[in-house]
Amino acid sequence: MNTDTRAADDAVIHTESLSRVFDGPSRGQEIVAVDELTLDVHRGEVFGFLGHNGAGKTTTVRLLNGVLAPTTGRMRVLGLDPVEDGAALRRHTGVLTETPSLDEKLSAQENLTIYARLYGVAEASVEGRVRELLGEFGLDTRAKERVGGYSRGMKQRLALARTLLHNPSLIFLDEPTAGLDPVATRGVHDLVQRLSRRGDHTIFLCTHNLMEAQKLCHRVGVMEHGRLVAVGAPDELARELWQGVRLELALDGCDAERVSLPDQARDVVWDEGGQQLSLWLPQREAIPDLVASLVDGGCRVYRVSPQEPTLEDVYFALHEGAAPDNGAGSRVTEGEVTA
Amino acid sequence: MSGQTTSAGGPPFNWRTLWTLALRDLKVVMRSRAVVLPMIIVPLIFVVIIPAVIGAFAPQMAAAGEVEDLASFLEMMPAPMRETFAGYDEAQIMVVVMLEHLFAPMFLIIPLMVAATIAAGSFVGEKERKTLEPLLYTPTTDTELFLGKLLASWVPAFLVGLGAFVLYAVVVNVSTWRVMGGIFFPSAMWVALVLWLAPAAAGVGLGVIILISSKVSTFQDAYQLGALVVIPVLLLVFGQVAGVLYLNVLAVLLMGLLLWLVDAVILWYGIHTFQRSEIIARL
Repeated sequence: MNTDTRAADDAVIHTESLSRVFDGPSRGQEIVAVDELTLDVHRGEVFGFLGHNGAGKTTTVRLLNGVLAPTTGRMRVLGLDPVEDGAALRRHTGVLTETPSLDEKLSAQENLTIYARLYGVAEASVEGRVRELLGEFGLDTRAKERVGGYSRGMKQRLALARTLLHNPSLIFLDEPTAGLDPVATRGVHDLVQRLSRRGDHTIFLCTHNLMEAQKLCHRVGVMEHGRLVAVGAPDELARELWQGVRLELALDGCDAERVSLPDQARDVVWDEGGQQLSLWLPQREAIPDLVASLVDGGCRVYRVSPQEPTLEDVYFALHEGAAPDNGAGSRVTEGEVTA
Repeated sequence: MSGQTTSAGGPPFNWRTLWTLALRDLKVVMRSRAVVLPMIIVPLIFVVIIPAVIGAFAPQMAAAGEVEDLASFLEMMPAPMRETFAGYDEAQIMVVVMLEHLFAPMFLIIPLMVAATIAAGSFVGEKERKTLEPLLYTPTTDTELFLGKLLASWVPAFLVGLGAFVLYAVVVNVSTWRVMGGIFFPSAMWVALVLWLAPAAAGVGLGVIILISSKVSTFQDAYQLGALVVIPVLLLVFGQVAGVLYLNVLAVLLMGLLLWLVDAVILWYGIHTFQRSEIIARL
């Protein structure tokens, strides 16, 4: 989904050259946490904000919620200036912090009741809203237990419930699945997809889990050292960064020495029996010629699989400074950046 | 979203938010043994054990030759104080001197300690427990956050002080009944002390913790440094023992006024320096 061309009026988040500089540990030293960030995030969008630890993601969330003042630049969030109207803005935003940060000496019910009041939920609705969310997140049977005894997954679910207490229209999720087991992770993904389907929530998802971003996000922005180095839909980014296409072919009856491959084919790898071929072509349009060459060479072609670059490929290409000029050998197998 | 906004021309805070913040801090802090135990043990020692022992043994102490020491001690005291002992025998004077005059400044320790302990848990302990960040993302204003935390420490300090006073009055009158032959406590000075001076002193204790909280990172550090607030109280005790100071109603009211002024400065300073952007930048 390409949302870049939407009208600026539709932007729930709009920043222009937003920067935040902190004092460094040494005198006179400065740390640029966010550097000239210009970004639009649109209503109803799930926007992935990617980057290594320390890339500036959390600082950006703080700036956008008016809990941290920018050093320079301008921003509007939900039509408000976070610096001037922070309290008013935060009535409509919900933030899941990187760690659940719950009051562990209080029960789940107490945690939610307190935050419902702090978020301004009407007193008559507090009890019902808390009960509703406890049920929705599967915590109702242990609602009166102290949170200190909860598992990591339960704490994260409770923190998510807290984020949604006041039904915010703009939700910031900072590493929502960090440290969760696969079942809990799937629960979080389902929630994001459910909220996204409703269409009245905009989700700003900070993550370094690339598979998660690819699965959930309409668009992503990639941060590096405080700078936004790329923004767009994952497949658009891939198309911009990668030229050509890498192919995997399943064949039979081939004699590699008899087959004449197109001149532009590179990184050609045959398996020993001539049943698998992998190569790179500069354009997709060259695929029919390749197949024709193989058939002319006596091959039976069972399958031709273009290997589309994943968000991981995009991400690592950006972080390595330049996209590879071909797909061969560029794949990275880790699902998560751990730097 | 009712009850969240402040009316035009009204105070720059919402009472519902303030009480929610204060009750949250109180609930958390009161479920910590490190906080609750000293808040129970110290008042028990000051309010029950020491007065009960003094009350019980006053006649024996008077009979055992302590009276000469008492007489020389009284010589050092200001004349208005000596006049309050007219008509009392030696044992009764001993009771009144110890439980009414010398204990008065000591009593200030209770609200001071409660305020400082809760504030250490509330301001610094929150950083330690990493529960501050979600709070900063709520629609509360910086003023509400500061005042909520202040209330969470000051209200229990005042209430514990008041409760301790009532208990102290009962223990003192019961344990000295044999010596005094009736109810003699509290005096007007004590009422002024508990209702006027002690809450102001608790506010100063809070102020010290607020100042310390920006410099330290753990509850223990804040709590230990917070103990410094007891030093002025000890000076009062020594001043009273040495006869330099005599706590009467006027002195208590004036000292209270001075401390309330200090509290006002602390409040002003806190409201103007307690900014979530500064706090979150240090998280």
